[in-house]
Amino acid sequence: ISRAPGYGMAGIRVDGNDVFAVHAAVAEARKLALETSAPVMIEAMTYRQGHHSTSDDSSRYRDVDEVQAAQDVTDPLIRMDKFLSHYGWMDNNAVTSIGDEERAAVLRAMEAAEARPTPTLESMFTDVYHEKPPHLIRQEKELRQHLVKHNIHHH
Amino acid sequence: MKTTLQRSSRRLLPRAMQRHDIMTSCCKSLTTSSFHNDHHQQQQQYPLSTVVVGRSFHSSSFAAAYQEAAYNNDDDNELQTSSSYPPFPYESSYNPTKPDPDYPSLGPTTKLNLFQSINTALQLALSTDPTTIVFGEDVAFGGVFRTSQNLRSEFGAHRVFNTPLSENGIAGMAIGYASMGGTAIGEIQFADYIFPAMDQIVNEMAKFRYRSGNQWSCGGVTLRAPCGAVGHGGLYHSQSPEAYLCHTPGLVVVMPRGPRCAKGLLLSSVRCKDPVIFLEPKILYRSAVEEVPDADYEIPLGKAEIMQHGTDVTIVGWGAQLRRLQVATDLASKEGISCELIDLRTLLPWDSDTIIRSVKKTGKLIVSHEAPITCGFGAEIAATLQQECFFHLEAPIQRVAGYDTPFPLVSEKYYLPDETKNLDAIRKVMELAK
Repeated sequence: ISRAPGYGMAGIRVDGNDVFAVHAAVAEARKLALETSAPVMIEAMTYRQGHHSTSDDSSRYRDVDEVQAAQDVTDPLIRMDKFLSHYGWMDNNAVTSIGDEERAAVLRAMEAAEARPTPTLESMFTDVYHEKPPHLIRQEKELRQHLVKHNIHHH
Repeated sequence: MKTTLQRSSRRLLPRAMQRHDIMTSCCKSLTTSSFHNDHHQQQQQYPLSTVVVGRSFHSSSFAAAYQEAAYNNDDDNELQTSSSYPPFPYESSYNPTKPDPDYPSLGPTTKLNLFQSINTALQLALSTDPTTIVFGEDVAFGGVFRTSQNLRSEFGAHRVFNTPLSENGIAGMAIGYASMGGTAIGEIQFADYIFPAMDQIVNEMAKFRYRSGNQWSCGGVTLRAPCGAVGHGGLYHSQSPEAYLCHTPGLVVVMPRGPRCAKGLLLSSVRCKDPVIFLEPKILYRSAVEEVPDADYEIPLGKAEIMQHGTDVTIVGWGAQLRRLQVATDLASKEGISCELIDLRTLLPWDSDTIIRSVKKTGKLIVSHEAPITCGFGAEIAATLQQECFFHLEAPIQRVAGYDTPFPLVSEKYYLPDETKNLDAIRKVMELAK
């Protein structure tokens, strides 16, 4: 957040895991941006619960307990859950059924994506440029001749 | 970070050119590394003369060595190798577990893969030169490829540390530290990410000595980066940027082909008096396993290695590509074609002398690399060779390389210059020469 004044911008830091705080901060920032026609920096603080990527194992550089604690205390969904339950506004049945529906929709989308055929070999040479230049046309031809010559199965 | 540098600077030498003195005094009391694994318990002394293999890049002026034979058209000596190489012909076929004539017996060996051998070399660099620091993204916990594992616990947080996500910061810091006489080993997490650092590398690192009239230099810099195809890397985890780097005078660019030469080449690079970019083929980190000598040894930079002698065609490659080339040459030998396989090892300055001598003997040349063919490093080799050996060539020089597209994800196996394409090139060149 200290970068904002360095760039001559207004800035606000907010707890990124608090839905209402974020809403309030963004609403204020939007109002200021529209009034002054200048950018506003919003720094929303949060915690990365998962691994950096599928090839990362974060237990090698951080405590598993730390991750668990962060999840228990700061997870925005859990906090919202508790907030709604506290006021008795939470309809657990509705939440479960919505959850199931959404999970099913995601799985359907994944299946549809995975069922799509692999991009053809032509895709390797397309979109390098706006129009395929002569040397790429030549190289694609060479590759196809090579695949035919050696009877290599390709997509 | 500031505190770290301040503490390190107290250990720095007053003059940048003290590095050779450290090297000599360290080598006089060299011991084999006994800490990297439990296989090896002995400790032995290796005086300097038996440790440094061949003519060392930094102990003799490179210019002198290069001019010595490179464009010398002395036909009487064309088949004679330099004094550091054994006379040929010697045993054929590259076998990583067989003692290599280029590396005379260096004592006991241990079976290591590439990341373990790099790790060992870094340990030796850190222990023999007290100014050495190792840094980069995620280097502290061991590195994403485990090349820096256990270094922080052994040498301390002030010598092995993480940097922010800033490649030009890594390069810039390496330059600054080395300019004050220290040895800086920076790691770029993937060679694909070296581009943010290109201004620092090209405009600062490469020109540091030249622009100051040799008053200052940053020879202590070694930037390591994993490069090359890995099967699933796609556009940004598979690149081989050696062509961009080799186009920059002032740099040294090195690429090992396996654990055994990687250790020697990395130690040479770290101790070299010029900034080195050390590219490591990432697919070999776990898959390449060789008997690596436990000693502290260096392999001369600027010298290619003839992996296999032959008489029909010269084939040049570097890094992981050599494994594919080895398969192609083995298949070719079944068809009666005798191939001379050369590992360039150092791409800048490259050993044109060895290649020229080889092509004068065979009359045919194939260069193969993963990087795109247009303006790939193969183009430089082809251009120089046609200039020097035009009347010795029996067929046009072939380049087998990747296509001129960004590195594809799904089509990777069709993109790469694999064994089949190289075998085709060998057959073609033999056909053309008839």
